[in-house]
Amino acid sequence: MRERKNTARDVPSPRTAAVRASLSVAFAVSAYGVSFGALSVAAGLDIWQTCVLSLLMFSGGSQFALIGVIASGGTSAGAAAITSAALLGVRNTLYGIRMAPVIGGSPLRRALAAHITIDESTAVATAQPTRDAQRTGFWWTGIAIYIGWNLTTLVGAFVGDLLGDVRQYGLDAAAGAAFLGLLWPRLRALQPVVVAIGAAIVATVLSPALPVGLPVLAAALVAVVVGFTNWFGTGRRSRPTGEDAS
Amino acid sequence: MTLWQIVLVSSIVILALKLAGYLVPPAFAERPKPARISSLLTVALLSALIAVQTVVSGTAIVLDARVPALILAAGLFALRVPFVIVIVASAATAALIRLWT
Repeated sequence: MRERKNTARDVPSPRTAAVRASLSVAFAVSAYGVSFGALSVAAGLDIWQTCVLSLLMFSGGSQFALIGVIASGGTSAGAAAITSAALLGVRNTLYGIRMAPVIGGSPLRRALAAHITIDESTAVATAQPTRDAQRTGFWWTGIAIYIGWNLTTLVGAFVGDLLGDVRQYGLDAAAGAAFLGLLWPRLRALQPVVVAIGAAIVATVLSPALPVGLPVLAAALVAVVVGFTNWFGTGRRSRPTGEDAS
Repeated sequence: MTLWQIVLVSSIVILALKLAGYLVPPAFAERPKPARISSLLTVALLSALIAVQTVVSGTAIVLDARVPALILAAGLFALRVPFVIVIVASAATAALIRLWT
């Protein structure tokens, strides 16, 4: 009896464990918001536009993609910027399909859930053992990151605004590093590594020939071709990338 | 297009993509091909953006301080250094190289 009591006190319930996982992920991820805010202002957006992106779009990869294309092409690359952000956002649709049975409930609840359906909320949810803990993990992670990401975006935007000339501080170089941080956890199998190298070569080679923004979209075709034919895919793994929650 | 139009249109597109997931029949997600193409799409776009951010200026290929800054970032990510520290170190590397050259 005594042993059972100790176990019950020391081992957290699945729901408590889900909350802890949510908060630690949220804390780490929210810090990215500072770099997003600073880089967005450096790309030419004002503080309000930067904050609206984090409030409405709320998808780190798409937000970085949008400001990345704007930084080099300005508003004339608008269509290419929107398309890049949208293509990177497609994975959120797959996360939604996966989360729909976990969320259940009314259309309003689902609409709110959709807004916070991102890499991290899906990943934390799918890692939990019970349906109840999955639901807890999803909402806690999504809401905590939403609050943290938007606060740090605001801080980053103010910092970027104060800095002025960004090249002097190397912020243009930091944009590449920011994308690399998002890409890094996805390079755990041969197939994504091949796609990453192929896409980088295609985008670089086409840059002198095409208007700003289009080389990045052309590189997306590498993923479509390799994904469709499953070149360099391994039979052992059903999912091509390690970190992906989809 | 104005910046505000770009910001609002792209945000609405992403919101619609997220909502679509809750409306699509679940069987679609279980098929390996759409899931594989979607996650490889993410990899290809991120990698292409890294390349363009690092070696392209406008429409010309330019090798400058951004290249060593990215190599340093790759090394730090391999050592599992936290994101924010990598960003700062990478920016500082480019800034120092520009200061000294």
